[in-house]
Amino acid sequence: MEIGLNHYLVLGAVLFGLGLFAMISRRNAILVLMGIELILNAANINLVAFSRYCGLGVNGQVVSIFVIILAVAEAAVALGIVLNLYNNFASVDIDEANTMKD
Amino acid sequence: MPYTSILFYVLALIIVVSAIIVVFNKNVIHSAFSLFFTLFAVSGIYVLLKADFIAITQIMVYVGGILILLIFGVMLTTKITDVELKTKNLNVIPSILFSVGIITILIFVVFSTKWNLKQAVENEETVTQIGTLLLSTYLLPFEIASVLLLVALIGSAMFARRIKND
Repeated sequence: MEIGLNHYLVLGAVLFGLGLFAMISRRNAILVLMGIELILNAANINLVAFSRYCGLGVNGQVVSIFVIILAVAEAAVALGIVLNLYNNFASVDIDEANTMKD
Repeated sequence: MPYTSILFYVLALIIVVSAIIVVFNKNVIHSAFSLFFTLFAVSGIYVLLKADFIAITQIMVYVGGILILLIFGVMLTTKITDVELKTKNLNVIPSILFSVGIITILIFVVFSTKWNLKQAVENEETVTQIGTLLLSTYLLPFEIASVLLLVALIGSAMFARRIKND
């Protein structure tokens, strides 16, 4: 059976669902970040697949480059926040970070 | 079955299985190493989609940058020798139901939509076209992205600095 657009979209949907589960359910802040990376990867797979199968040229690939740039910036800033969280609360459990000032 | 189909199924299996390990593993370090396989297999998917530049960017940025940052984050915030490395989940059953519901809805949408499929142009290289588009059509987002990266650099350096009290 020939691989078509739907195969890639289903793969992206499954990856999105797994990332969503990590974001909702895990308590470790770094695992929440990993869930965000999974979701951004799912979006990228969809963008590149549409770019290939819908006659868009390389427009989708350029947009996915911007997504990768945003993912880098987000990861750097979020890890800085997580390190601050660890300094203030001695834990990266996001349930314990429930006060605005200690 | 053509080779590309077999390759797609193998890569999809690697992606889904290692993403499941990322999500469900109790040990944060194991999750980080499993994320490595997910990102590599996603790069293989890009190669199958004939997006060679995106594939290389994926390996260089995600595997070489973000994953290393995440592993640094794990090691700086947990005691490796302790059982502290293990984390707990919350609301497992409701979030599994929610995620499976979202996946089902998305797959239903994928199969019920009539996509505007076109015969793909067999372009030989994408790097030239991407470069031209980045400096013509997408020039403004490109410049904004560079400013954003500078802001993220300064901001995260300020965040991560240990602030002395008095």
